Amino acid sequence: MTTVPLLKVNDVSKFYGSRIGCQNVSFELWPGEVLAIVGESGSGKTTLLSCLSTRLMPTSGKVEYHMRDGQYRDLARMAEAERRFLMRTDWGFVHQNPADGLRMTVSAGANVGERLMAVGDRHYGNIRATAADWLRRVEIEEDRIDDQPRAFSGGMRQRLQIARNLVTAPRLVFMDEPTGGLDVSVQARLLDLVRGLVHDLGLSAIIVTHDLAVARLLSHRMMVMKDGLVIEQGLTDRVLDDPREPYTQLLVSSILQV
Amino acid sequence: MTDLATYNFAYLDEQTKRMIRRAILKAIAIPGYQVPFASREMPMPYGWGTGGVQVTAAILGPDDVLKVIDQGADDTTNAVSIRAFFQKVANVAVTTKTKDATIIQTRHRIPEEKLGEGQTLVYQVPIPEPLRFLEPRETETRKMHALEEYGLMHVKLYEDIARNGHIATTYAYPVKVEGRYVMDPSPTPKFDNPKMHMSDALQLFGAGREKRIYAVPPHTQVVSLDFEDHPFEIQHFDKPCALCGAEQVYLDEVVLDDRGGRMFVCSDTDHCEDRRAHGHVGHLLAQEAAE
Repeated sequence: MTTVPLLKVNDVSKFYGSRIGCQNVSFELWPGEVLAIVGESGSGKTTLLSCLSTRLMPTSGKVEYHMRDGQYRDLARMAEAERRFLMRTDWGFVHQNPADGLRMTVSAGANVGERLMAVGDRHYGNIRATAADWLRRVEIEEDRIDDQPRAFSGGMRQRLQIARNLVTAPRLVFMDEPTGGLDVSVQARLLDLVRGLVHDLGLSAIIVTHDLAVARLLSHRMMVMKDGLVIEQGLTDRVLDDPREPYTQLLVSSILQV
Repeated sequence: MTDLATYNFAYLDEQTKRMIRRAILKAIAIPGYQVPFASREMPMPYGWGTGGVQVTAAILGPDDVLKVIDQGADDTTNAVSIRAFFQKVANVAVTTKTKDATIIQTRHRIPEEKLGEGQTLVYQVPIPEPLRFLEPRETETRKMHALEEYGLMHVKLYEDIARNGHIATTYAYPVKVEGRYVMDPSPTPKFDNPKMHMSDALQLFGAGREKRIYAVPPHTQVVSLDFEDHPFEIQHFDKPCALCGAEQVYLDEVVLDDRGGRMFVCSDTDHCEDRRAHGHVGHLLAQEAAE
């Protein structure tokens, strides 16, 4: 069996007028691989993530996705209906702020069940059972199923957002600073959870973070960005233990040691 | 010269009528799709049926017989004033008899009597967008309609069951028209939803403030959304109408005194009167007759 990349990114650039969002980014993402994009704020990592996840159209370059039928499709040339269908079935997107990714005024169960209903599940009992199962998997007590996310703590919201995204068994999940705004102990628990889920489900993920510890824990491979350019990429341990670029060395040495 | 005499008939100017008729034709061509139109100011406040009045005025002809109901009744303020309005501006024949009418403008109800071919039901719609309270962005809801993304509608029904144990939506119950567009049947009780399905009559919906017209042509599928294990149900009443004894009709509760006295009567007054004229007697009327 030959494995082929899930996502092929070729020379992607995004300009905001004359300003550079990101420039000439190329890489391939393999099934089951977790890629971290790190860099300081303003380095273009969120722009890149938006271009990859079709939330923004790249100015130039091509992003191809390996569909379930075995074909590669250019995301920019897909019909909008198909792209949106892909986004809510085969993909997940975890926002930094859970309020962006959740429906705050409907219950946790409905939040998890929404994707199921969107793909045509019409059996209340089954939807609810699946939702309860996913709440358990992200360590939210089952009796909270009818509570609104407004009543949840920040960590719980983020876990609920993850459950909501994973319920349709996506193959690729985008995460934008998934641990931003959480305190360290909650972060640790969330990271542990994400690592377990990624491993169990064989997910591929692209994680944008400025936190090198997150990258170290979750990712297999990482890309370091600066001023819209990828300045270094490689295996996570290699980049963090033996950074080659001066900027990466600076980044690694700026981690606070307690 | 009868053609000239009907020029500028029924309040609206010809350009406006032309614009509204084009919207209506488009709406009929795409059942359930909300067609934007340039709603005009009408001599009544928003919420009083400005959309319905514009649709009625655009389709009304000198030979039409108009019936106007509000909550099923012919004698409530809204119905009386709109009927008087069209009598004044178009001098058309009006009626309260469902089967005599060619155009029925309604707020909240579909008459109990089965509508036939050649009849047109015009609904006054306050909020045409079924997804409004789930997704406030109009740009987004239009996209969702275009791409047929209706999972969110079921999220609402899911919430209903999760909170109340059953689907607690009793009016403006969402329907899917001809297997394509999800539509809000205006604030009619869900009791009336089955009557829209495969109806012989043309159904037009006008929302004046929201500037939308939509339609269900005759013989069109109208299916109420539900879950497999929580199927759609209409309301049931355990008592018959107190005046005419009708069962399987929609009833209004009327408080009779301040000692807890109340009765349930037909919401469709024409239907109730018609039954009484045919000798049907409810328990309250029988009681009165005995006294």
